[in-house]
Amino acid sequence: MPLFSVSNILIESIAACVPSQTEDNQSFELLNEAERNLFIKTIGIRYRKIVETGVTAADLCTKAANAILAKNNLNREEIQVLIFVSQTPDYLIPFTACTIQDKLGLSKNCMAFDINLGCSGYVYGLSIISALLQNMPGAKGLLLVGDCSSTCISMQDKSVAPLFSDAGSATLLEYKEGEQMHFHLQTDGKEFDDIIIRDGGMKHPFVSDSLLYKEIAAGQVRNNLHMKLDGMKIFNFALREVPGNVAQLLEYSATPKEQIDKAYFHQANLLMNERVRIKIGLSEEKVPYTLYDYGNTSSASIPLTLCAYPTHSQTVLLSGFGVGLSWGSTLVNLEEADILPILTY
Amino acid sequence: MEIAFFIENFKDCFNETAADSINENTIFRDLEEWNSMMALIIIAMIDAEFGKVLTADNIRESKTVKDLFNCIATQ
Repeated sequence: MPLFSVSNILIESIAACVPSQTEDNQSFELLNEAERNLFIKTIGIRYRKIVETGVTAADLCTKAANAILAKNNLNREEIQVLIFVSQTPDYLIPFTACTIQDKLGLSKNCMAFDINLGCSGYVYGLSIISALLQNMPGAKGLLLVGDCSSTCISMQDKSVAPLFSDAGSATLLEYKEGEQMHFHLQTDGKEFDDIIIRDGGMKHPFVSDSLLYKEIAAGQVRNNLHMKLDGMKIFNFALREVPGNVAQLLEYSATPKEQIDKAYFHQANLLMNERVRIKIGLSEEKVPYTLYDYGNTSSASIPLTLCAYPTHSQTVLLSGFGVGLSWGSTLVNLEEADILPILTY
Repeated sequence: MEIAFFIENFKDCFNETAADSINENTIFRDLEEWNSMMALIIIAMIDAEFGKVLTADNIRESKTVKDLFNCIATQ
């Protein structure tokens, strides 16, 4: 069972960046007024942040990273690990982290690579960069996590369009003796197509038919380069898997539930997240949301919510769940973390 | 588990639909207020009130309110 601890890693700083352009779900014409009101009340999303054409997740993450590096007046030579977690890379080839390494002016003595993960990506990314850094005393690492999902959704698809929003983040970590993080990471690939963009990869390469719009149901028109999401299946998945994942993490780390100071969930939808919160047994005031103002920002939603509602608590639960299906939780100490206000691109 | 209690909870999920227009034989997809969000609300209600799981397939294969009840009654 992938329950494990990583020692001697400190989360030093967290920053997040969103585009300045805002869409209002009250103007989303595929839903009537009653449906819009129900959507905002139930799913919890009013506004979405959307990038201009040509702006990418890497751009948002780079701005967040630069803010951290500048604020801490860091010697960029010290960054020896750079990981970019995203499902919306700049190119199919090469991986995006190499372009970010160059843009940030990091030295050649820096390993850099991408990870393709979505909603669980922040937790997975933390586990991977921490596991690397724990063997590199004196080194620092940057975890960049972000997605511009708006670039791959159909605005004629009411099952997806009012949900997704764009954001990027950067997290600076360093070796520090005495610190400990705990992780529980899981996967269920049987349901890989519950959230999928079918065409454009190597399994179903882009062909002219990829661009053909099809009406899947009333108000659901998309092509095979657009994201498809089965909301009901994802809802069932989160209720079925996440509370148990967290319970096992707490048991493994001998952390009583009451000891959790704050919990930051992937911002999926309010109804689902609230059921997850209640099933775990966390009180409302411990679980902040950014859904109303920022929507579902995929992999960036946990660091974005941390920046919107900063904490300096000792026992902080982070939990991400979604595409893959993939889910994971971690317990981290953010007592010393410098959490920056949300930046705008 | 009583179907009457299930139907009362089912009715409470709706805002604009008259409660007396819903009974065990109601074809829930024909309700004007029914949409994909209502499906999520029903799944959440069943999780909260009954501690049972109504799957996406259960909803797709069910026609009436009683069909939904039967999906969870046997769990």
